[in-house]
Amino acid sequence: MKQVTSSSHLSDTILPWLTGAAMLAALAMVFVYVPNERVQGEVQRIFYFHLPSAWMAFLGFFIVAGASAAFLWQGKRAADLLAQAAAEVGMVFCSLVLLTGPLWARPIWGVWWTWDPRLTMTLVLWLIYAAYVLLRVFAGDNETAARYAAVLGIIGVIDIPLLYIAIRLWRGIHPKVEQMAPEMAWTLLVCTGAFVCVFTWLLQLRLRSLQLRDEIRALRQHVVAAS
Amino acid sequence: MSYLFAAFSIVWIVIFLYVLSISRRQRELSREVEMLRQLVGQQPTDTSSASTASAGGNSS
Repeated sequence: MKQVTSSSHLSDTILPWLTGAAMLAALAMVFVYVPNERVQGEVQRIFYFHLPSAWMAFLGFFIVAGASAAFLWQGKRAADLLAQAAAEVGMVFCSLVLLTGPLWARPIWGVWWTWDPRLTMTLVLWLIYAAYVLLRVFAGDNETAARYAAVLGIIGVIDIPLLYIAIRLWRGIHPKVEQMAPEMAWTLLVCTGAFVCVFTWLLQLRLRSLQLRDEIRALRQHVVAAS
Repeated sequence: MSYLFAAFSIVWIVIFLYVLSISRRQRELSREVEMLRQLVGQQPTDTSSASTASAGGNSS
C-alpha cells in the first residue's frame, strides 16, 4: 500500500502541475518563440509535438520490453504491471504520431499517407502493441496470458531499430533531422521535456489503477476466505 | 493554419480524454477498495500487506 500511496501523491499533486506548466512553456516556444521554417512555413511547427510523441512511444515500448524481460526472468508481478501500463501509454503516443503525421504530410507531400518505410514501420509498431494491449484486455489476467504478452512485448521492440535501419536501406520521403537552427533545437528540447512530464504522469496514473485492481483482487480473496 | 490547429488540438484532446478515462477508472477502483476494506474490517495498514503480497506474487 505504501507503493500505491507514494505514487498517488506524485501523480495527484506534483506531476499534473509540472506537466501543465511544461506544456504551456512548450506551447509558448512553438507559437511565440520559434520562427517559421523557411520552406514549409508554419505547418512545420507540428514537428515539435510529432517528434517528441514518437520518442515517448519508443520510450514506452522500451519500458515494456525491459519490464517484460524482468517479469519472465524473475516472475515479479510489479514488472508485469509496469509493462502493462507502459504499453498502454506508449500506444497513446504512437497514436499521436500516426494522427499528427498525416496532418503534416497533407500540405507538404500532397497526400495524407504514403507507404514510406518509416511510416509503414511505425504503423507496424502500433499494430504490434495494439495486439499486446488487446491480449492483456481479452486473455484475462492469468500467468499464461502475462507470459505470452511479455514475449510479444519483447519481440515488438525490435521494430524500433528496424524503423531507423529501414530509411537507410530503402530511401523514403520522410524527413531526417540532421541540422537545425538553435531556436528550433531549444523548442524541440522544451517540447521533449514537456512530453517526458506527460509520459511520466500518465504512466504513474495507469500503474496506480493497475495496483488498485490487484489490491481489490487480494481483498476479495480475503473476503472469500473469511466467509 | 488549419492543419496546425488540427494537429495541436488532437494532441490535447487525446491526452485529456486518456487522463479523464484513467481518473474515472481510478475513482471507481478506489471506491471499491474502500468498500472491501470496510467489509474486511481492517485498518488500511493491515490491508497493505495483502496488496504488497499480491503485487509481488504471480498474476494467477
